[in-house]
Amino acid sequence: MIVCEHIFKSYFSGDLETPVLKDVSFQINDGEFVAIMGPSGSGKSTLMHILGALDTPTAGKYLLDGHDVSKMADDELAEIRRKKIGFVFQAFNLLPRASVVRNVALPLVYAEMPKAQREEQAKQALLQTGLDESRFNHLSNQLSGGQMQRVAIARALVNNPSLLLADEPTGNLDTNTGEIVLSTFQKLNATGRTIVLITHEHDVAAHARRIIHIRDGKILSDEVNARQITTRSRVEE
Amino acid sequence: MNTSDLFEESYSALAVNKVRTSLTMLGIIIGIGSVIAMVAMGQGAQSTIAANIASIGSNLIIVSPGAQRGPGVTVSAGLGSAQSLTMDDEQAISTQVTLAKAVDPELSRRYQVTAKGTNTNTQVVGTNENYPEVRNLSIDSGSFITAQQVQDLAKVAVLGPTTRDDLFGQGASAIGQTIRINQIEFKVIGITVSKGGSGFFNQDDTIFIPISVAQHYLAGPNADGQPYVSSVAISAQSADVMSAVQQQVTDLLLQRHKISNPALADFTVQNQADIVSAASSVTNTFTMLLASIAGISLLVGGIGIMNMMLTTVTERTREIGLRKAIGAKRGDISFQFLTEAVLLTFLGGGIGIGLGWVLAVLLSKFAGITTQISSSSVILAFGVSVAIGLIFGYYPARRASKLNPIEALRFE
Repeated sequence: MIVCEHIFKSYFSGDLETPVLKDVSFQINDGEFVAIMGPSGSGKSTLMHILGALDTPTAGKYLLDGHDVSKMADDELAEIRRKKIGFVFQAFNLLPRASVVRNVALPLVYAEMPKAQREEQAKQALLQTGLDESRFNHLSNQLSGGQMQRVAIARALVNNPSLLLADEPTGNLDTNTGEIVLSTFQKLNATGRTIVLITHEHDVAAHARRIIHIRDGKILSDEVNARQITTRSRVEE
Repeated sequence: MNTSDLFEESYSALAVNKVRTSLTMLGIIIGIGSVIAMVAMGQGAQSTIAANIASIGSNLIIVSPGAQRGPGVTVSAGLGSAQSLTMDDEQAISTQVTLAKAVDPELSRRYQVTAKGTNTNTQVVGTNENYPEVRNLSIDSGSFITAQQVQDLAKVAVLGPTTRDDLFGQGASAIGQTIRINQIEFKVIGITVSKGGSGFFNQDDTIFIPISVAQHYLAGPNADGQPYVSSVAISAQSADVMSAVQQQVTDLLLQRHKISNPALADFTVQNQADIVSAASSVTNTFTMLLASIAGISLLVGGIGIMNMMLTTVTERTREIGLRKAIGAKRGDISFQFLTEAVLLTFLGGGIGIGLGWVLAVLLSKFAGITTQISSSSVILAFGVSVAIGLIFGYYPARRASKLNPIEALRFE
């Protein structure tokens, strides 16, 4: 469960303070699929960095499964990321010239898990994303964009995180492939995963069950998405 | 990250850009290789010289004149240049120093030597019949100078094998032939066995003649009208009495030269161990010099490593950002890059040792330079290459570990 209470975030350059987030409060329960929407410059990326424990707020409190993340030091944040958070990036960020399985198992390397167990867990995660088993030993740069993003999703899932955080996951994909990725998220949500999707596109946000609009560092609206788009029929490529 | 993962990650990172990895490694390979080869050369020279010195005699003590040491400013023409050690001193030593097994006088100087249209410039040593015993010299053919020949001022000469080759041709029989030293004719009566010496102590390139002849016809008397010698060689009865012999000789000569303060002695008594250590200090300096020149190339190699690691860190900024995002701590990142650098220098060091070894073998095979690779220099080379990896890898690794994950992920 995520609890954000009166989050403020400012960037400083010299004496100049640039406020980015101004008193943001919300709560996300386990099993929700939330889209955080806003134009560029609205502060949604900064909010994602705080939710993903990549950064800490200037003021306010952020509780992730009861842990107060807002006051943590660098290495403690790394520990929280490793145990509780799975990231999916717009640019996939896979290691080139490394196999699919090795890419997916990478977070477990830092958990010091034995190799055989790591690979087993990586394969389980890959199966959840619906990637064809014949591609497991391909190099990551031999895959198509949609396949790469599903490998990235599997990597985010492999450590069984409390929160799956996706930052514009369809930004580098065409509409069709984007649909496949989004339906993968929906499938994962159906199995009980908590997913937070950050996007500036309405069509993408419409796949979530709840949409938080953010603008100029403040929450504009926070409502249940009455018209959720589902594309269950097109899960397989 | 556990150790095997660390090595796997580092290996695959190095394998990605093989050309760059091997070029960077080349710096370390050349550096370590030249250090190994240079030290092998130095140590080879050292052992050759030590062996040569050992071959000049056993339990040997050499008395030379005129290294005047004393208070105040003394102008010295150098060891052995004075003519203050006389034949009478030699006689006194051989009769009064009881612990000496054998004593011989030596008067050596370089002369131009001719024989039947060939000529050479070589060392001519005037000595007596005791020389072979004192100096461990054997005769290959003919005979050495006898006591009778010394007494009779017989113009006879014994040649070293190198001198014989120079004057009469390779392996020719020179016995009975005539040579001219300083326009005076000598009859060749013997050839010595080769001692395989080279450089400073080449006993193979020497001519031996009776001391009396050298004093009478070649050198002449000293300022006091006394026949002089350039050194007296003494063979002690055993290694245990070396210092006692040295003491006896010193006391005797101080008394004969009427010098009360030993610090003002006008002669030097050296034993073989002193000569070995003096020669060793020369070759040690020589080895250090060669090794430090090679060390500069090692330093340049190390800077190459640092340069490559900094480039790598910049190129892989996004990867570092990703690793941090999925839970890598600072220590994990810096360890990974440090391992890469050390792996690079360790492999480079290993190959460099191989290269140095091959170089040393080639040098001794084709350039005739004696080389010797010691295990200590190999261990040292490995240690140095790992240390270079640590030193020059530290800064790039630290830089990688300090990257902010948010900025690193945005890096284009």
